[in-house]
Amino acid sequence: MAEQLFYFLIFPGLLFAAVVGAFLSYYDRKITAWVQFRKGPPLFQPFYDFFKLLLVKETILPKYGSKGVFLAAPIFAVFGATAAGVFILLPLLGIETGFNGDIIVIFYLLTIPSLTYIIGSLASGNPLAAVGGSREMKLILAYELTFLLVLAGIIQKAGMTISLNEIISFQTINGAFAGSISGIILFIVFIFCIQAKLALVPFDMPEAETEINHGIMIEYSGTPYALVKLAKYIMLFILPAFLISLLWGGLNFEGIHILWSVLKILFVVLLLTLIRNTNPRVKIKQALRFFILWMNLLAILAIVLSYFGY
Amino acid sequence: MGFKEHCFKKSLWLFHFAGASCNNCDIEILDCLTPRYDVERFGMLLVGSIRHADVLLVNGSINQRDKSRLLELYEQAPKPILVVAIGACGCTGGIFAEGNTFAGPVDKIIPVDAYIPGCPPKPEAILAGVVKLLNK
Repeated sequence: MAEQLFYFLIFPGLLFAAVVGAFLSYYDRKITAWVQFRKGPPLFQPFYDFFKLLLVKETILPKYGSKGVFLAAPIFAVFGATAAGVFILLPLLGIETGFNGDIIVIFYLLTIPSLTYIIGSLASGNPLAAVGGSREMKLILAYELTFLLVLAGIIQKAGMTISLNEIISFQTINGAFAGSISGIILFIVFIFCIQAKLALVPFDMPEAETEINHGIMIEYSGTPYALVKLAKYIMLFILPAFLISLLWGGLNFEGIHILWSVLKILFVVLLLTLIRNTNPRVKIKQALRFFILWMNLLAILAIVLSYFGY
Repeated sequence: MGFKEHCFKKSLWLFHFAGASCNNCDIEILDCLTPRYDVERFGMLLVGSIRHADVLLVNGSINQRDKSRLLELYEQAPKPILVVAIGACGCTGGIFAEGNTFAGPVDKIIPVDAYIPGCPPKPEAILAGVVKLLNK
């Protein structure tokens, strides 16, 4: 029992994932600044933001809204992100082997943060938040099928196993999936799915800053917004970690391999940041078309290619 | 300086309210976010919702219609919030001070923490005001 609590709350759960995610968020902002020829924020900026929101700022409740649901939504977002993070990171860091079928559980847990943002935004009673919530809903409808197809492709490549640990060990024996043609296609599709899951720029319509003023987050202030930030930090770490464990052979913490593992995560986040900085925001219609038509076609192509052994 | 205060001063998020402005101050404020001046060095971000704001930047002359909106915005903001009056119109009323529809400079409506005069103030002047606010 104490061991499980340690896994969930300290390592590799809430605390570890949040600290690494916060540093990744700093890295993301610093790269963004460099792309725009700026200097960028100081190293501990995400921590300052989080503690300012948590400790200093007042929490304002909406007058015409459901206050309990509004406050509960960020807590569930943090819970979902942490639970998904634990199930991803335990096999990835080689602490435990997980259980058979955990990849399906992770798939469901990863949708919880987006789902709770929708519930929280609709509970706030703000019209702009409702617009953001409906956009997030459409976005989930668009990318979830693609995400499932990518997982199906990976499961097929790993010889029909649905355990994350077995997929990683399959790759350590036979080489990373990203080394084959179908693996590269799956990698590209997965990157776009992460982009939509994190609501980064080509797909940031739910919280379009300049258009609907942070949309789903518009009414959040103080502690609940700090929890939303926390969930976002955790997601920024665990989704690239999930990608690496599924397609890029997992991480290895022996000797010089630590450097290589850290570089893998930094490279994936760098890709996400560069996509976010070099693209405009698309309309929700275009995003739906992009995922339902093109990304699904690519994923199915990858599955067919992997069936024939490419 | 306590931990809370340190975090607050290191992460000020700005919300920009323009009254009946001639747009000059708005452009100069946005200049501060551009590569040359880059206030993100100090952890400042421009946010779109008053619920996330720590600093309310007010520029332009405040007329009768703006007054109620400014008051409402100030009440909607989560406390503690700092208010900065930017430009001659924000600080004193400037050339509109004698106007018919003028509803008083910003500090007659809400408490102001820093004044940055100028018509418009240079980005350097705005940054100097920001640094003074941080050291206050």
